[in-house]
This record gives sequence, C-alpha cells and structure tokens, in this order.
Amino acid sequence: MTGHGSEWLDEEAGPLVRSYALTRGRTSPGTRGEGFEMIAIISTVGTAPFSSPNVWPEHLAILELCARPLSVAEISAKLRLPLVVIRVLLGDLLDVGLIAVRRPKQDDRPFNEHLLREVLHGLQAL
Amino acid sequence: MDSKRSEAAQRAADMPLAVKILVAGGFGVGKTTMVGAVSEIRPLQTEEVLTDRSIGVDNTAGVEQKTTTTVAMDFGRITIRDGLILYLFGTPGQDRFWFMWDELSLGALGAVVLADTRRLADCFPSVDYFERRGLPFVVAVNCFEDGFDYTPDEIRQALDLDGAIPVVMCDARERRSGKKVLTTLVGHVLSIHGHAPPREAGAPVY
Repeated sequence: MTGHGSEWLDEEAGPLVRSYALTRGRTSPGTRGEGFEMIAIISTVGTAPFSSPNVWPEHLAILELCARPLSVAEISAKLRLPLVVIRVLLGDLLDVGLIAVRRPKQDDRPFNEHLLREVLHGLQAL
Repeated sequence: MDSKRSEAAQRAADMPLAVKILVAGGFGVGKTTMVGAVSEIRPLQTEEVLTDRSIGVDNTAGVEQKTTTTVAMDFGRITIRDGLILYLFGTPGQDRFWFMWDELSLGALGAVVLADTRRLADCFPSVDYFERRGLPFVVAVNCFEDGFDYTPDEIRQALDLDGAIPVVMCDARERRSGKKVLTTLVGHVLSIHGHAPPREAGAPVY
C-alpha cells in the first residue's frame, strides 16, 4: 500500500469502483426490485424526466436499450456493467414505473409439457 | 401511480417469456463454441461480482478487508417463436463458482454436460452437480480429432451414468450438431416426465 486509498487503485478495482459509484454503494435493488433474474425480460414503458437528479446516464441507457424488450443478462452485456449494478439500476427504474418486467417461471423446475414441446419444435425448426 | 403499475403489469404480459438451458463442462471443452454455433447472436458476456468480507486473522487491528471475485458467463439466444426466447448459458468453469451455478440452475429446463474424451474427468463435477440438484441433463461428447474413440456406452460407464441419461456424440462447432444435442435434451426432459419421446413427423432422425 503506498498511500491512503491506494487499495482502490489497482487496475482490477477501477471498473468496480465506478460500478458501485453508479449504485451509490447499493448492492441490492430497491423496494420492489426483488430478483431481476438473468433471463427476466425488461421493457421500457415510460419516459424519464431529464431534469431529475435521480436519473443518471446509465438509467437512460437502459431505457433506450429496452425500447425493445431485452433480458437482464443482455442489458448487462451491452452496457458492460456487472449484473449486480444492472439490478440496482433496474430497481430504481421499476420503482418509478418506467419499466415493465416479465419474470421467468421460477418455481424450481416447473414441468410444463406445452412449453417444452414448443421449445422442441422451435429447435427442430432451426 | 397505481394506474401506471397496472399498465406496466399489462405490458409485462405482452412481453416475451424467456427460458434457459445450461451448457456445462470443463475448461476449454467448447462450451462457448457450442453456444455460438446455435445462437442467433454472437455470444455475449455478462458478469457477476461476488463481494466477500473477511477479517484479517493475523492483523491485531482487525482491519476489515473486502475481496471481490468476478465471474464471467457467456450466453447466446435462440428465438423459439414470437414471444418465447431460449437463452443458453455457458457455466463458469471453476468449481469455486458454484454459487453462480445455483442461480443459473434455478428455473432452467435442463443442462448439457460437454465432455472431452481426452479429459473425461473434467466433466465429473458438472455431472455430480446436476445429479445432486436433480436437473435433467444429457452428456454431449465433443469429438476432437485427436480424441479417443469411445462408444456412448463406454462413456456412460466411465461416468457411471444412469442408463436413461442420453450420451450424444457431437461437434460443438456445428450448428446441426448442437441442435441435435439440444433437441435430445428437451426430448429427455419430456420422457423423464412420462411423455412420449419426441419423434416428430418430418424431423430428422439421427
């Protein structure tokens, strides 16, 4: 360690510091943001007030991306931000009603014959 | 706000539903290659950050240290039909990332365990994991040119697999081959639940 704060200064820490700065240190989504699964689909349903101090460029980037519905994993990949950060930002947007979420069926391994047959047919048609 | 929320709920019902299949196996076995071969997009990468607080035991001041681990995952996408999307996730290779596997496995339709006959033992942890978890899986043997020439039965024996678990020979680079692995998996999931194995009219028989 070469000085105060230098533990943050190695090259691996750089993007991470930025990530958590973006979320103001929050590591889990806000009030109603429970569980943005990687394959939850997000769609923009509102327009952010540009003047609001709580709207950051990254929020706007998500809203722009999700004009066409997109999965949480794809948002993370396209914005090059870790999932933990994307989830916090999505929590903010959900809280103010700017996005809609289609969650995957998540009750541990629901067997759904109809869904499986649809997937099978889709794969066979590839 | 309430009307905004019900509007959002209505909108959500009109949005696509996503399902996922995992592609597991040892490091360098071809997971991302297979995902890329069948995906309609170039594989993308997302990452999860794990923060682990630990207290330095040999530091009398008890200074708290924070260590972070980043786990990268490659994934691809197949649009099954309008409104239904299949995501394929390559699982992180190292065992220390089991915590990620739990999240990935939740709600997954099933898994593909990719095996390399030159390093068959590399896929043991994946097989063990999915067996323990009860997630349906198939074993796909990626046939490298300099690999050993085993039969599916020999592979099944070497991996001590239940006789019902399909073992498929494949070339992870080939779209058609990857497609065969995936259809075998979904057919296997259907048959586990007592539904007729898939033999759709007009579908190629391998």
